[in-house]
Amino acid sequence: MSVLDQDLKTPIRLRSLTWLRAPWLFWGGLLILTWAVSHYAFDIYRALDARWIIRFPATWQPDFESRITAFMDWLLHDAQLFGILFRDVTRAISAVIEAPYDLVVDVLVTGLQQGIGQQAVQILPPLSWVAVIFTVTAVGHYTKSWSMAVLMGLCFTYLAVFGQWESAMLTLASVLIAVPIAAGGGLLLGVLAFRVRWVDRAMRPILDLMQTVPVFAYLVPILFMFGFGPVSALVATIIYAMPPMIRVTIVALRGVPEELAELGRMVGCTRRQQMWKVLVPSAKPMLMVGVNQVIMLTLNMVIIASMIGAGGLGYDVLTALRRLDIGGGVEAGLAIVVLAIALDRLSQAYAGRTVTQKAAQSQGGFAMRHRWSLSIIAVILVTGLIGAAASWLQTYPDALVINTGQIWENAIGYINVNYFDTLDAAKTFLLTWFLLPVRQFFVGIPWPWGLMAMTLIGLRVGGWKLSLLVFVLTGLIVLSGLWDKAMMTVYLCGASVVIASAIGIPLGLLAASNPVSNRIVGAFIDTLQTLPSFVYLIPVVMLFRVGDFSAMIAIVAYALAPAVRYAAHGIRSIDPQIIEAGIVSGCTRGQLMRRIKLPMILPELLLGLNQTIMLALSMLVITALVGTRDLGQEVYIALTRANTGQGIVAGLSVAFIAIIADRLLEAAAKRMRKQMGMA
Amino acid sequence: MTQTRPALLECNDLWKVYGHNPEGFVKAYAGSPSAEDLQAHHMVGAVRKANVKIYEGEIFVIMGLSGSGKSTLVRCLSRLIQPTAGELIFDGQDILSKSDKQLIEIRRKRMGMVFQHFALLPHLTVLQNAAFPLEVQGMPRAKREERAREVIELVGLKGRENYYPAQLSGGQQQRVGIARSLAVEPDLWFLDEPFSALDPLIRREMQDEFLRLQGMLKKTIVFITHDFDEAIRLADRIAVMRDGEIVQVARPEELVLNPADDYVSEFTRYIPRAKVLTLRSIMRPGAVDGTAAGTLSVTDRVESIADEVERSDTDFNIADEDGRTVGHIGRREIIDVLIGRGVNA
Ligand SMILES: Nc1ncnc2c1ncn2[C@@H]1O[C@H](COP(=O)(O)OP(=O)(O)OP(=O)(O)O)[C@@H](O)[C@H]1O
Ligand SMILES: [Mg+2]
Repeated sequence: MSVLDQDLKTPIRLRSLTWLRAPWLFWGGLLILTWAVSHYAFDIYRALDARWIIRFPATWQPDFESRITAFMDWLLHDAQLFGILFRDVTRAISAVIEAPYDLVVDVLVTGLQQGIGQQAVQILPPLSWVAVIFTVTAVGHYTKSWSMAVLMGLCFTYLAVFGQWESAMLTLASVLIAVPIAAGGGLLLGVLAFRVRWVDRAMRPILDLMQTVPVFAYLVPILFMFGFGPVSALVATIIYAMPPMIRVTIVALRGVPEELAELGRMVGCTRRQQMWKVLVPSAKPMLMVGVNQVIMLTLNMVIIASMIGAGGLGYDVLTALRRLDIGGGVEAGLAIVVLAIALDRLSQAYAGRTVTQKAAQSQGGFAMRHRWSLSIIAVILVTGLIGAAASWLQTYPDALVINTGQIWENAIGYINVNYFDTLDAAKTFLLTWFLLPVRQFFVGIPWPWGLMAMTLIGLRVGGWKLSLLVFVLTGLIVLSGLWDKAMMTVYLCGASVVIASAIGIPLGLLAASNPVSNRIVGAFIDTLQTLPSFVYLIPVVMLFRVGDFSAMIAIVAYALAPAVRYAAHGIRSIDPQIIEAGIVSGCTRGQLMRRIKLPMILPELLLGLNQTIMLALSMLVITALVGTRDLGQEVYIALTRANTGQGIVAGLSVAFIAIIADRLLEAAAKRMRKQMGMA
Repeated sequence: MTQTRPALLECNDLWKVYGHNPEGFVKAYAGSPSAEDLQAHHMVGAVRKANVKIYEGEIFVIMGLSGSGKSTLVRCLSRLIQPTAGELIFDGQDILSKSDKQLIEIRRKRMGMVFQHFALLPHLTVLQNAAFPLEVQGMPRAKREERAREVIELVGLKGRENYYPAQLSGGQQQRVGIARSLAVEPDLWFLDEPFSALDPLIRREMQDEFLRLQGMLKKTIVFITHDFDEAIRLADRIAVMRDGEIVQVARPEELVLNPADDYVSEFTRYIPRAKVLTLRSIMRPGAVDGTAAGTLSVTDRVESIADEVERSDTDFNIADEDGRTVGHIGRREIIDVLIGRGVNA
């Protein structure tokens, strides 16, 4: 009897336990509860007569903003280390960056001048457009082939013909300064981390953080320290573009075959020779991939940088967006795209240079080996001399500039006139059935419940350490009084990320299904990623006006790529034997996907989701231009008012959201991997 | 005979142990932990108590199965890695106590190494690769390139000075590796499985090439291989390793005739005896009765004279290194070896 009891009892107890632990119960329950709390928050406050429930009382806030502002003031005016004023340090950095930048701007845009302002006299003209185009064409041929040369020539001719020359050269000048500093600095730091243990250890968490912190968390402090102008813009760009280079450098150096390192020691290299003659050159192909990334990130920053003083194409787009000038915006935007494509292809071609090419180029006599550099010098001299007389050779004649602004204006006008109803219907549909409900849900969540729910999620996903981190970060957001804005941010990003995943993951699955679709989807995604983020914003605003909807579409377009990539990569990395096992056991195609492939790529999808969220968050300050009301807007306002405290607090809040999302998803992915025995 | 020459490199009770605090571990066991001790503490004994003497001008081959510690031993000998315990003496000097700077000096002038996967610098041409050790020493360009051209010609790559490694075949790449290691005229030449990454035909060709070079240069050589065929072709002496231990050090012939244990005899089992045995170990004492068909040397290998002896109806005299007749040999002895009759093991 008792034995029978035992037998019956154990399984039942076990079953009831697993039932309690079932994931759907936790997540479903949390969702329903949160929805209820969000929906009835107002009533709860009424019933309890406790207004603090829905609005964090101002008296409880430690006023981070003015404290930070005061601290930054102190830092800039009085702080000193070893007797050196902090101010002098920033000035020194400015000088180091500004001098070469001015020189490049002189060469490309203004020409060498004597005197300042109105009285300035031009001593030497800038490089003529013909000379620049010839140079890039020659470089294209040198790095790869004639077709590369033609591509480069076409891209730069485009800039001249479509009237974007001067802005483009300004942008190019900042690229030419930012890329070497970011790449060189990244290389040096990477080398240091590779060589010195504790530097590596100290740098790792900082790099992790930099990857999650959106740019604009440090825009305002930089603006404050370096003032409005190209230097600030360059500093922000460099900080933004350097971390990937550091990472790539460390990985590349670690990846150098052990044998080569041994060779270096065996022939008696000193430490320095070992690094610079053996390891770094051997790692060069991979390092070049890093340089390519730096270039792309630099171009990605042009518009954001123009918010703190960069001129050039980014500034043109920014002003066009502010004035809702369709034509101007599209023109400048396209010019950035063209520049990005040219530089991307060029740097990729350089990274992929084969030894056959190198060998061929080192043949022949001096004139033969240096035919391109010699001819470049010749063209520069000739156009410079003749250009003094014939101005069309010096600057592309205005009369021949093709203005496309009107065409874009008309095209958008046409679409708006003829398809307004359709577009508007689509917008309204999505707004009423998706965006608004989601927004109500998030914005309604009162902070005490939000804080608790986040902590619970942290506990569930990653244990008490993670839960503590989540609690502290969320708590800080609450304390700074930005809870509502943070929830707006979460809503906007959340909705965009959901849509991006809904589009991106199927695309990724499609890409992985056969080579043809892979090529098509791959090209599509590559193009999306080459385009600087804000370019998406222009057409969207023209079609859908300002507002959350436009912001969402721009974010989706920008954040789509990782969802596709990770899904495709996940599917491809499934062991084919597992699929075969599925087929042998008689799965249909649908079953294969649902029962085998999808569960197996879930961790990969989570990582893709993570990246998607990071990209979405980094779009926020740009979408602020179309009138969102989230933390991005807060940063944007702080930028225009140069309010350091506000900017830093809002920037950090976004960073906290990013960190929370990152850690939660990473923990979840890790858990899943472990469950599936893949860790 | 070799024993009378001075040892160029010598190691005594050399240990290389991987794991947590290896020095302390080896000390705690009075300098010689057993295999069980190592296993119990999850330590890897990559080299265990190695004693080796390498004499000037000899080809010393280290062989053993994969993971037996050959590379680790050689890397200890060249001090690419720091031994856990033991003594290492190069040219009469304790090399473990040298500073980094002195070590760099020794490596630059006196050691060369050839790597299994060539270890060519991908961004340098053949000429620059070969000149690299000299460049590191700060030799002026013209001078080092002249020397590099010499060694490139020596290994038969003249005309390819301006090629990049990626443009060469595996055999050619290893020739560059050899040229580079010879550029500094090292006294001691390490080769870690230099031909293992090559396919069999090229491997054979490279072995011939190597013997040709050694015939000219007469270096002291430490050569690693896991291929017994290769070992007996090249070696003056062979050290057989197992699980980090040196099981036996002997001439190829002795290894076949008197293997120290089953492991060694397993190694030599499928090696045709004729390739290894010299006439010294199979001759019958005394000169031939009557007229001899000719005179052979005690150091001739059976393989190389089998044809000649078999074809002849009369026996051959055998002379030692000084030309004195010490024995004779006939068809029967040769056939015994060829069909494996009467030879132990
Ligand atoms: N850095 C290391 N850390 C831990 N164990 C190591 C390390 N290097 C080598 N070992 C171990 O030492 C043992 C000997 O390795 P070694 O590379 O010397 O073998 P080998 O005889 O050269 O083999 P192969 O023929 O495959 O080159 C192996 O068991 C290996 O796992
Ligand atoms: Mg080895």
